[in-house]
Amino acid sequence: MHDSNIVEVENLWFGYDPRQPVLRDVSVSIPRGKVVGIMGQSGCGKTTLLRIIGGAHMPTRGGARVLGALTHDLDRDGLYAMRRKMGMLFQFGALFTDMTVYDNVAFPMREHTDLAEEQIHDLVMMKLQAVGLRGAAGLVPSELSGGMARRVALARAIALDPQLMLYDEPFAGLDPISLGVIGRLIRQLNDSLGATSIIVSHDVAECLDIVDHLYFMADGRVVSEGTPQSVRDSREPFVDQFVHGKPEGPVPVNYPAPPYDADLELSGD
Amino acid sequence: MPISSFRETDLADGALRRFFERLGSQVTARVWRLGFASRFLGYMVLHSGTALRRFPLTIREIYFAGVLSLIIILVSGLFVGMVLGLQGFNTLERYGSSEALGVLVALSLVRELGPVVAGLLFASRAGSAITAEIGLMKATEQISAMEMMAVDPIARVVAPRFWGGVISMPLLAALFSAMGIFGGYLVGVKLIGVDEGAFWSQMQAAVDVREDIVNGVIKSFVFGIAVSWIAVFEGYDAPPTAEGVSGATTRTVVTSSLAILALDFILTALMFTGGNGR
Repeated sequence: MHDSNIVEVENLWFGYDPRQPVLRDVSVSIPRGKVVGIMGQSGCGKTTLLRIIGGAHMPTRGGARVLGALTHDLDRDGLYAMRRKMGMLFQFGALFTDMTVYDNVAFPMREHTDLAEEQIHDLVMMKLQAVGLRGAAGLVPSELSGGMARRVALARAIALDPQLMLYDEPFAGLDPISLGVIGRLIRQLNDSLGATSIIVSHDVAECLDIVDHLYFMADGRVVSEGTPQSVRDSREPFVDQFVHGKPEGPVPVNYPAPPYDADLELSGD
Repeated sequence: MPISSFRETDLADGALRRFFERLGSQVTARVWRLGFASRFLGYMVLHSGTALRRFPLTIREIYFAGVLSLIIILVSGLFVGMVLGLQGFNTLERYGSSEALGVLVALSLVRELGPVVAGLLFASRAGSAITAEIGLMKATEQISAMEMMAVDPIARVVAPRFWGGVISMPLLAALFSAMGIFGGYLVGVKLIGVDEGAFWSQMQAAVDVREDIVNGVIKSFVFGIAVSWIAVFEGYDAPPTAEGVSGATTRTVVTSSLAILALDFILTALMFTGGNGR
């Protein structure tokens, strides 16, 4: 265990069904102050890993030490205390649809602090200004575009100045402008808050632009890691296939199937 | 022994075994779910501090479950009372006791129809909405987001909706009965011409506060707990997909309605038979 690491995952196994592990012997270290990407195909277990770091699932074997404590040693109150130092951005924002943008950002402050409403107002405006949406405070989530909703969710996630930010597919389904804006925001907020960020994503270009370090996962395992530059130059077959989006490589594109002519009933007779 | 008979026995054995396996797994699944729902209720009641301490949260739910159900409850109550007035008068007149119309209308409503019909309407109007809302919050990860913000969704989202329903239901049932009595009065006294004094005085003499009104309120309170429990549990337990939420909403209405009718039978048997001489 290294003191400079805010998250250490060691030999972690996890499966919703213990006979079918989703994560197999995963070890990941996240140094304090860095932005670290975890990349891989859909279904490779990267979001599950993020949820284990957030304490939403408990490992079957091995463990995740997050902010100094092993998540599976914590009771409910301990987990909640740990999560107060974290922020998480969900794939589609997960804004509370029955509240305005303002109330969404104010939500964690109202739940966890005794601040007066005037102080909350100032803080909410500062957080919304940070994501460029101070003018949208009065809107409701249904009036926001996908990119705006993601930014509001980001403002909500940083409401209590977290030490650790978890991003679950922050770029999914965004237009190029929103994508660039979110990417820059993640980097800026990380550096200005002095936080540490973990980004789970499959958007190669965006991720390579903003992260300090990358892990690649396939089939529940960490298969490669490195800095963005080393990843770009990598000749490793998996990294090469993933980064350049090649159909040929160690990851099969086609789902296993019986022989084609058997399905088309083209047998000899 | 011929091979074919072996196969038939095997097949029959296999089918029988599969039948019992399916039956067993379905029964186990239902018992397991009931146990889960009971633990869920216990947890929710234990974590109701937020809902009661920050009462505006619950008041908001009383608005959604109660106030927004007012129109359907009041209009239905009026029509049920008017029908009771018409039907009751026709029957009572045969025995020359049409003045007892007030008693008939009031007792039917206060003891049975008020709590039961208001409960059924509440299940379809508010129960389904609660299930759909919580189910959709789950499907859109709002519940997970709350968990990740270290806010207990059962205390913050589920418990206020449960208590909002539990508080609204007896009030709605009372309003339903009051509106029904007014409907009976409109038809019986104003339309048909039953004596107004007899209508009200006989009602006043025959309806007992403890035996009739309090029992009716207890019924509606029990129905409120049942419907709200089923609604929040189905929503919270709904698979996070479109089909999952729609299935859960349907189950809320069906299960709540059956629960109301079954509980009504049990409560009526306990309250209005034997002992009290009625």
